[in-house]
Amino acid sequence: MSQQIQVSGLDAYYGKHKAIEDISMTIDPQSITAFIGPSGCGKSTFLRTLNRMHEVIPGARVEGKVLLDGEDLYAADVEPVSVRRMIGMVFQRPNPFPTMSIYENVAAGLRLNGRYAKSEVDGIVEDSLKGSNLWNEVKDRLNKPGAGLSGGQQQRLCIARAIAVKPEVLLMDEPCSALDPISTLAIEDLMAELKSKFTIIIVTHNMQQAARVSDRTAFFNLAGQGQPGRVIEMDDTSRIFTNPAQKATEDYITGRFG
Amino acid sequence: MAAIAVFLVVEAVPALQANKGSFFTTLTWEPNGTQSFGIAALAFGTLVSAVLALVMAVPVAVGVALFISHYAPRRMAGVLGYVIDLLAAVPSVVYGLWGIVFLVPFMQGPSEFLNTYLGFIPLFGGDVVAGRSMLTASVVLAVMILPIIAAISREVFLQVPRMHEEAALALGATRWEVIRTAVLPFGRPGVISASMLGLGRAMGETIAVALIFPATFGISLEILTPQGNSIAANIANGFGEATPIGRGALIASGLVLFIITLLVNTAARMIVARRKEFSGAAA
Repeated sequence: MSQQIQVSGLDAYYGKHKAIEDISMTIDPQSITAFIGPSGCGKSTFLRTLNRMHEVIPGARVEGKVLLDGEDLYAADVEPVSVRRMIGMVFQRPNPFPTMSIYENVAAGLRLNGRYAKSEVDGIVEDSLKGSNLWNEVKDRLNKPGAGLSGGQQQRLCIARAIAVKPEVLLMDEPCSALDPISTLAIEDLMAELKSKFTIIIVTHNMQQAARVSDRTAFFNLAGQGQPGRVIEMDDTSRIFTNPAQKATEDYITGRFG
Repeated sequence: MAAIAVFLVVEAVPALQANKGSFFTTLTWEPNGTQSFGIAALAFGTLVSAVLALVMAVPVAVGVALFISHYAPRRMAGVLGYVIDLLAAVPSVVYGLWGIVFLVPFMQGPSEFLNTYLGFIPLFGGDVVAGRSMLTASVVLAVMILPIIAAISREVFLQVPRMHEEAALALGATRWEVIRTAVLPFGRPGVISASMLGLGRAMGETIAVALIFPATFGISLEILTPQGNSIAANIANGFGEATPIGRGALIASGLVLFIITLLVNTAARMIVARRKEFSGAAA
């Protein structure tokens, strides 16, 4: 199910502006990796290069390699569409399809992937909603609109939608930043459960969250305004938060800047 | 609007009282002579030509709007959008003249083709095939309402929140699948509203169809034969030489057009409202 990601020498651009530079890292399967760092340092940009969502922005492009289980996602013969089917994504603001019911939202990815029997779809929808700890709350109103749920429920619906297509990797771009603490806790618990099946990468501004949920943490920073973002340090989360190797990392996590 | 309705009713009543035929079923319009007239043929022609026009225009308009909003390169999209807006502003008499000068002779060929090979369908049946037919009038109307429907649909499609399109993309949707899962459902109420606006324009259109319709009085689904008329065209053709009763009769027909338009708009609103929960207004 989950696979290793190896990134080497990756740069990403918005037009002429270089947003991130020379990023290399290895992300282990069945682990949670957190990206932290000040705003604008390229965490989200880097996350979006991992499933080729960066390039949907006009003028944006990527140089370098991203290997998923040894295969380069940026090889010439690789379709971005098939990459995105293997690497799911959850966004900062919950974005269920407003015109679809809860059921249809979860099934949306399946509809794209081909034909399934009704019973099969029913099973996958139920499993995915159970997998995102939402089933008990919505099982009696699967045909109600997804947009009618609370923010936290909507975000878990989006997670269910992402895992319904059984990706290898799950990217989460500040998934809790629009949620209250209770909903945040629900998502964090969920991540701990999903870890056994998926490789999870999360961008977060909340350092306690990174410390609570992740196994490994990468600290991003940029040298100054207009400079590209870089990875300053990547290590086991426990080490980053207790004994970081770099002064900049220590300054950031202790709140001295950023 | 109430004042307009009152005006129409007050002006129409004397003529309706003088009517020797039945207003709803009589298939002639001779308020000046025999004082016998009926709305059925006119209402039928109005509805059929407008609905045919809509059937032809909406798919094309939605396609054009999607192309401009999601496929065309940015510069081309700008130019195309501008052209569509310009076309929407062309006066209808121009479309009418284009219809009578160019389209009527042009339609002779395709009409005969349809009649020969698809004549077994009643719609395309009939003995005399001519350019001045219900079909030609509908095509003119379709061409006329296409830009306005396309312009509004394009605006609606551009309003689709980026995050919904990204949600579909992140699931591995191709461009067409993004349109199917995120853009079209979101734009649906807007497209329906735009279509109703187009339908209203087609039904109320006067001069373009007055030039083309042969102004007969009959009800026939054979849209290739030389017949057809509409309420608005009939008013334009008859108002000048009408007697007082004739004027009243025409105003009565105007009242009917007014009511039909009202009903169509109400129906459109109900269609949009029925799916309000899912409209995305809450998101």
